[in-house]
Amino acid sequence: MSGPNAAAGDEETDDPVFEAAEYADGTVSYPPHPVGPNGAERVGTVDLREYEATVVTWTESTATPPGVRAPNTLAIVEFDLGTEYDGPPVRAIGQVVEDIDVAVGDPVTPVYVEELRDPDAGIREPDSQDWDGFRFEPIE
Amino acid sequence: MDRVAIIGASMTQFGERDGWVLDLLSEAGTACLADAGVDASELDHLYVSNMASGEFEGQTGIPNALAHDLAATPAYTARIDQTSSSGGAGVYAAWQSVASGASELTMLVGGEKMTHRSTAESTDVIASLTHPVEYKHGVTLPSFAGLTARLYLETYDAPRESLGKVAVKNHRNGVDNPHAQFRKAVDLETVLESPIVADPLRLYDFCPITDGSAALLFCPESVAEEYVPADDYVTIAGIGGATDTHVVHERADPTTMGGVVDSSEIAYEMAGMEPDDVDVAELHDMFTILEFLQSEDLGFFEKGEGWRAVEEGVTDRDGKLPINTSGGLKSKGHPLGASGVAQVYEIFSQLTGQAGARQVGADVGLACNVGGFGNCVTTTVMEAGR
Repeated sequence: MSGPNAAAGDEETDDPVFEAAEYADGTVSYPPHPVGPNGAERVGTVDLREYEATVVTWTESTATPPGVRAPNTLAIVEFDLGTEYDGPPVRAIGQVVEDIDVAVGDPVTPVYVEELRDPDAGIREPDSQDWDGFRFEPIE
Repeated sequence: MDRVAIIGASMTQFGERDGWVLDLLSEAGTACLADAGVDASELDHLYVSNMASGEFEGQTGIPNALAHDLAATPAYTARIDQTSSSGGAGVYAAWQSVASGASELTMLVGGEKMTHRSTAESTDVIASLTHPVEYKHGVTLPSFAGLTARLYLETYDAPRESLGKVAVKNHRNGVDNPHAQFRKAVDLETVLESPIVADPLRLYDFCPITDGSAALLFCPESVAEEYVPADDYVTIAGIGGATDTHVVHERADPTTMGGVVDSSEIAYEMAGMEPDDVDVAELHDMFTILEFLQSEDLGFFEKGEGWRAVEEGVTDRDGKLPINTSGGLKSKGHPLGASGVAQVYEIFSQLTGQAGARQVGADVGLACNVGGFGNCVTTTVMEAGR
């Protein structure tokens, strides 16, 4: 598949990239959008694998839809893009790696997973998006 | 500009119903026309608020089907889908149709048929509104609620019990609503010991899956009394709609619903009113945490103080600002496309003195209908016609 929801790859290593977009006004967003939050055009890609993140909040969901693991622990994390970045917070939502407790404020790192849920079990057309991505693992 | 009046209202029994979506829509539409003594042939416009009849039932084209069933042809028809806020968006569309002069008489019917699907299937239909990067992780609307509830409780040092008290209050109100899915009071201990659904939220923090329909009839205020006495209609004093980000984690403050803030500012300005002018409100308590967020973002309480209002009884039926006298989505039920219409039905009932055991003293009421997790919002301020 192609398009904004397709999995991106590192051109040199072919490793999957945790793709955020950088816009002409310096802001960064995950996921990427055609234009930034202020309407600025996209000028580049930021690979969020290169940055540490901190848990903003989390939940353990027990009532999961078809094709989703149960329970499904999810977290919203905020990436630290360094002192030179002064745009809006860059956050992501994602699953937490299995069998690990997580707490607000925990530092985490992204871990690549080939299939986050069964694409054939839910209502969404399997070919309409990618199903791989990054779970979050607390850093010891 | 001539203001828009609501001259008739109806709602079906909410809960697990035998009928399918067209049966429910027809039931509510017929009752609404009867409420105002209007014949379907008089309708200029007929809108249907519905999120997912195709996904739930395999039935599309429902506005045309309803117009035929009610003998409302050749009225202009359209389906209004704005996910969980389809009802509020329908109110906006109906208001626009009359305020613009395009229609002299518009009926809005909202409805959804859901209970034939399993909880997992219904959850997935609703979760299909999420962004692909959310959906692939199995993010659901209940999980957004769990994530936000934890952040709210930690940020504002609110006790977990305060969320449970929203459920207790709204179930208590639902006991007196003959249309409610649950007419059963619950105590705080039951709420706090119910099974976890999205930690820290438990079963009683969530609305049920529901079948049901509700309807409203709109005309210019200048001709309202040609249909009903002044005591029996309400006017839309102000209405606003707004949209927040599709991706929930991209919001500046995840405990603030920007669509609620923006839509209510528009509605208050149009009405020439302030939050303090509101006597009774119906909020979109799909999850208990949403009642805190909306009550703050509508300006009723300071940010981070909504939980205190519930603790202090301010939002009880006999409090200074009764919230969700109908029982809310929590107790009354949440048939997606019907919910925003049924909120206005409750305010209509309160302002026309027809709320029975739920009646409070009110001249101004507000309904706030939320789609997604605050993604799309319609806020409507209404005044008694008397």
